[in-house]
Amino acid sequence: MTENINGVLVFVEMVDNQPVELGLEMLGLARRISDSHGGTVTAVVFGTNLEGVGDNLIAYGADQVLINDNVIFDNFHAEAWLPDLSKIVAEVAPAIVLIGHSLSGTDLAPRLAFRLDIDVATGCESIEIVNGRPHMTRSCFGGLAREVVTFNKTPAVATIRSKTQQALTPMMERAGEFKFVSSILDLNSLRSRVIKREREKTVGVKLESAKIVISGGLGLGGPEGFNTLNEIAELVDGAVGASRAACDLDWCPRSYQVGLTGRTVAPELYLAVGISGASHHMAGCGNAKTIVSINSDPAAAIFKSSRFGIVGNCQEVMPALVEEIKKLKA
Amino acid sequence: MKIVVCVKQIQNPEIPPVQFRVDEEKKAVIPVSGLSPVLSPYDEQAVEAALRIRDAAGEGSDIEITVVTIAPAGARAGIKAALALGADNAVLLSEPTFDGSGGYVTARNLAETIRAIGDVDLILTGRQAADWDAGVVGLGIAEILDIPAITFACDVQVTDGVVTVQRVLEDGIETVEADLPALVTISNELGKVRYASMRETMRAAKKPIRDWSPEDIGLDEAQVGFKAVRHVLERLYIPINDIECEYIEGDTAAEMAASLARRLREAELV
Ligand SMILES: Cc1cc2nc3c(=O)[nH]c(=O)nc-3n(C[C@H](O)[C@H](O)[C@H](O)COP(=O)(O)OP(=O)(O)OC[C@H]3O[C@@H](n4cnc5c(N)ncnc54)[C@H](O)[C@@H]3O)c2cc1C
Ligand SMILES: Nc1ncnc2c1ncn2[C@@H]1O[C@H](COP(=O)(O)O)[C@@H](O)[C@H]1O
Repeated sequence: MTENINGVLVFVEMVDNQPVELGLEMLGLARRISDSHGGTVTAVVFGTNLEGVGDNLIAYGADQVLINDNVIFDNFHAEAWLPDLSKIVAEVAPAIVLIGHSLSGTDLAPRLAFRLDIDVATGCESIEIVNGRPHMTRSCFGGLAREVVTFNKTPAVATIRSKTQQALTPMMERAGEFKFVSSILDLNSLRSRVIKREREKTVGVKLESAKIVISGGLGLGGPEGFNTLNEIAELVDGAVGASRAACDLDWCPRSYQVGLTGRTVAPELYLAVGISGASHHMAGCGNAKTIVSINSDPAAAIFKSSRFGIVGNCQEVMPALVEEIKKLKA
Repeated sequence: MKIVVCVKQIQNPEIPPVQFRVDEEKKAVIPVSGLSPVLSPYDEQAVEAALRIRDAAGEGSDIEITVVTIAPAGARAGIKAALALGADNAVLLSEPTFDGSGGYVTARNLAETIRAIGDVDLILTGRQAADWDAGVVGLGIAEILDIPAITFACDVQVTDGVVTVQRVLEDGIETVEADLPALVTISNELGKVRYASMRETMRAAKKPIRDWSPEDIGLDEAQVGFKAVRHVLERLYIPINDIECEYIEGDTAAEMAASLARRLREAELV
């Protein structure tokens, strides 16, 4: 018999006044949990100019949307977001709080848990309800193992890895309600101050939403190796990623990093070029539909996760591959 | 100024995957025999961040760097490594449940240890320990001690009682400052750590290590040990990965590329 639980609260991050994909994916998970174990799905959004977001999140599975519209929440600052979020979570008293496993989410979730004296599981890939208790599965040991944890106090806070959950197809006729909540934040209480923000402009397709990701590692031999990756990305409408080792050497921007502490991608095609396939890297791309790798070492671990492989020198294969793909696209 | 760096010693996180094994029955990792523990990489960088602050303050600064670890009694590899890098002294808190008990207990006990040290201005931790990859203890300590916390630092500077941190964003860098006392978690973008010099390693042997038990810092039974644990480890396993790789053959790079492009087209991937 399945026991009912007390609902799921999803914190949906906004970027450019739009809910991030991961937020919608988490709503899908929350909906599935509530459909089989009862309780309501509450979505919480912080930001400004949030017209339309209520209906939008209801269409994606929320029963209730709480909107905290305030200029303070234009940019993420964990300390400023915490008082309101803690209050909302305490009032809604769900069984589970879902927060995205993004840099902001991982900055926010543990603070929330400790402030409410509850526990948190970070980087979860799935949640099952067993005998009324959320069982959270998360990757650990650099992606080599999985642990399943439960907590003996509610709510359980979980950060969810991108691309591990399926968003629902939005249904505009879904019923639900949204309301605006007012902020209790006292600006004078803040002890940390954001002085400056420098953001890189993303050119081309965003890594997370790209259907094709082409990633480079140390096997590229230098920053110029990324030129052919960029060329292919442009030809196939893909995005370029990298191993941490390549980022550490400044061969490419930091934001390219795929892996445990970088981006999580799950494209149709992940082309790994000169990447050894360390578990820390695979933690960010292991959910790709098809992995194809080019590596000069036949024993490279990356081949163990690959559907197709080329044992060869990528510095020779890649320029040739650019030409072949040009032919295909011609 | 007193800086505390929280460090954890762990099994080398970069061992070949085939060596990594777990005991599903005991829900524990089977230690690789003959492998000595290392400092968790981000914690090593947290030590480096502290050393850089002391370097920037120059000769004769009053900065004291204390490393703190919770580990089984006698487990000194981590603190020895940190002392050899240049930390001044260390506290080892030995506590029966320290590992696999979730960040909750660890954060509580580290917070109490830091309270017991007294007058700490800056606390540095790694962004996450490279064994369980949780990333909760640092923020937990800050919440318990009720001090500001800044995460994912790639640069940390202290001037006149204010810590200024460059922190990593998904798409850039942000500068955040806070009045001391404060806690900062360190990310790998901080960069290379120094090598332990011969001189520091020799000196390290003489640096004071305080061996504390939970009672020494006034923690009672309800706060340590399995009674305090909130989190139940239901299962620990190694996921199986059963993909058969089809190798694309060819005598030249061009042939292999052509053949791969064809395969990708057949599979409707490009
Ligand atoms: C706690 C922790 C967290 C980490 N987080 C991340 C993370 O988020 N993301 C990440 O990527 N890494 C991460 N790492 C690092 C990870 O463990 C690996 O060290 C890293 O991914 C290796 O990058 P690489 O494959 O580019 O380099 P290497 O491991 O050096 O591999 C280079 C590969 O290129 C091949 N090669 C060499 N020359 C050629 C050639 N001419 N043609 C074709 N192939 C060639 C080699 O055979 C080799 O397989 C983390 C590590 C730790 C300890
Ligand atoms: N047992 C421990 N002893 C000392 N510091 C620890 C311990 N566990 C975690 N930490 C610190 O907290 C950080 C985050 O750990 P975690 O939340 O376990 O990922 C680590 O990088 C360390 O700086």
